[in-house]
Amino acid sequence: MSATSRTDSVTPERGAPAGVPSLDVDPFSTEFFEDPHAIHDILREAGPLVWLDKWNVYGVARYAEVHAVLNDPLTFCSSRGVGLSDFAKEKPWRPQSIILEADPPAHTRTRAVLSQVLSPTAMKGVREHFTAMAAAKVDELLARGSFDAVADLAEAYPLSVFPDAMGLKQEGRENLLPYASLVFNSFGPPNQLRQEAIERSAPHQAYVAAQCQRENLAPGGFGACVHARADAGDITPEEAPLLVRSLLSAGLDTTVNGIGAAVYCLARFPDQLARLRSDPTLARNAFEEAIRYESPVQTFFRTTTREVELAGHRIAEGEKVLMFLGAANRDPRRWDNPDHYDVTRRTSGHVGFGSGIHMCVGQLLARVEGEVMLAAIARKVASIEITGPVKRRYNNTLRGLESLPITISPA
Amino acid sequence: MPSIIFIHPDGCRQNVEAGEGESAMQAATRHDIGGILAECGGNAMCATCHVYVDEDWLARLPAMGDDEDALLDGAAAERQANSRLSCQIKFAAGLDGLVLSLPDRQL
Repeated sequence: MSATSRTDSVTPERGAPAGVPSLDVDPFSTEFFEDPHAIHDILREAGPLVWLDKWNVYGVARYAEVHAVLNDPLTFCSSRGVGLSDFAKEKPWRPQSIILEADPPAHTRTRAVLSQVLSPTAMKGVREHFTAMAAAKVDELLARGSFDAVADLAEAYPLSVFPDAMGLKQEGRENLLPYASLVFNSFGPPNQLRQEAIERSAPHQAYVAAQCQRENLAPGGFGACVHARADAGDITPEEAPLLVRSLLSAGLDTTVNGIGAAVYCLARFPDQLARLRSDPTLARNAFEEAIRYESPVQTFFRTTTREVELAGHRIAEGEKVLMFLGAANRDPRRWDNPDHYDVTRRTSGHVGFGSGIHMCVGQLLARVEGEVMLAAIARKVASIEITGPVKRRYNNTLRGLESLPITISPA
Repeated sequence: MPSIIFIHPDGCRQNVEAGEGESAMQAATRHDIGGILAECGGNAMCATCHVYVDEDWLARLPAMGDDEDALLDGAAAERQANSRLSCQIKFAAGLDGLVLSLPDRQL
């Protein structure tokens, strides 16, 4: 890929606004998915605001600007879609999310409902069970010794706790990961990944739509809790299934990639596994640092609601701005030694879960799952060795692996 | 420079400088106060920057929002009448010398 700066060049359709460095990198290409870091560096060093020729959008890759855009939701809105598609010009492929793709004041009410369903108190309720399940999973994997850390650990563990916690039926759960993959691919441009995901989506969409209905959700689960908020009058009965859909869209694949990232980090940095083993209370931070280091959610878009100045440049109304969360999380302007995975790093402020009013509403749930799994590894696993080719999984938004063959030994 | 005093559970006191407009959580993390985790980075979403405010200062702080109130109910350490989230305490003139005690745990 040529990733040269072409400030003075002219693109056929629009061209870069005067003074904004123009780059011909494609953040939704195979080359980028394989290794985004060199391109992140080019994006950050080109300037605080760049123009991406390929898709005619602005981009921000430095921490300060990514943080600023995330924290100004009235100027950089979500209601016109957080993917490339502008809902003011194109019909969304599915009914619009009433939390992710909403702005205040509409967002405030739905956000409050999910915040309460996934509150610190709710996490206390699931923590013990999640911990026991993580310990059992690690015991099972230690007995096997060699396995694929993606399918058998990063996917298997969340699948053993999340669907039950939601209150889903047993049948059809194989649709959950393909549905999430579809949702995150759909935020990208109209490339092959996105087109194919949407073309194949009908059964996954039908499954998820059915599971969002009240009669299909077991009492006591997060899904039933959302519906109960309709009884309390906080949302309408029509809104409840859409909020359950948000949990099903965002609650599984993200955690899979977060746990996968953490195991991949511990496999590549044995000194950090040793550090974690010497103090298992670092598990929570080791997970958080993996989120910073790998940024399982790589990008999101916002749309300008008015003319605005950003980093000294004027951006017109109705422009898409692509935020590179992964690049911000390794911006040397913000982080010391950013390309090193350090389980003792102070990670507060990373944007791997976003920032501001749209910051991941399920972050506490993700952290419980990640923490208890890494704590189980810290107590039970002496070493992690990569034993075969590591394969990347391609998705327009999510960064993760398709396959990570490893062998672990007991402590 | 105005400052905040953090009191650790073992009674040890730490005095840190705080800038105008900075939150008590930001001042704490900038100075590596270990008792403040601040997982959500100051977005009032995680309850891991919980502090107990010295009684003399309580009335001088900005009012508590609904989000903060709800999160404090789920904080790891016991909620008390003087519990606050330090990310919601914006440091301002008149708060020089603010005394905040740290709970024994944030998780």
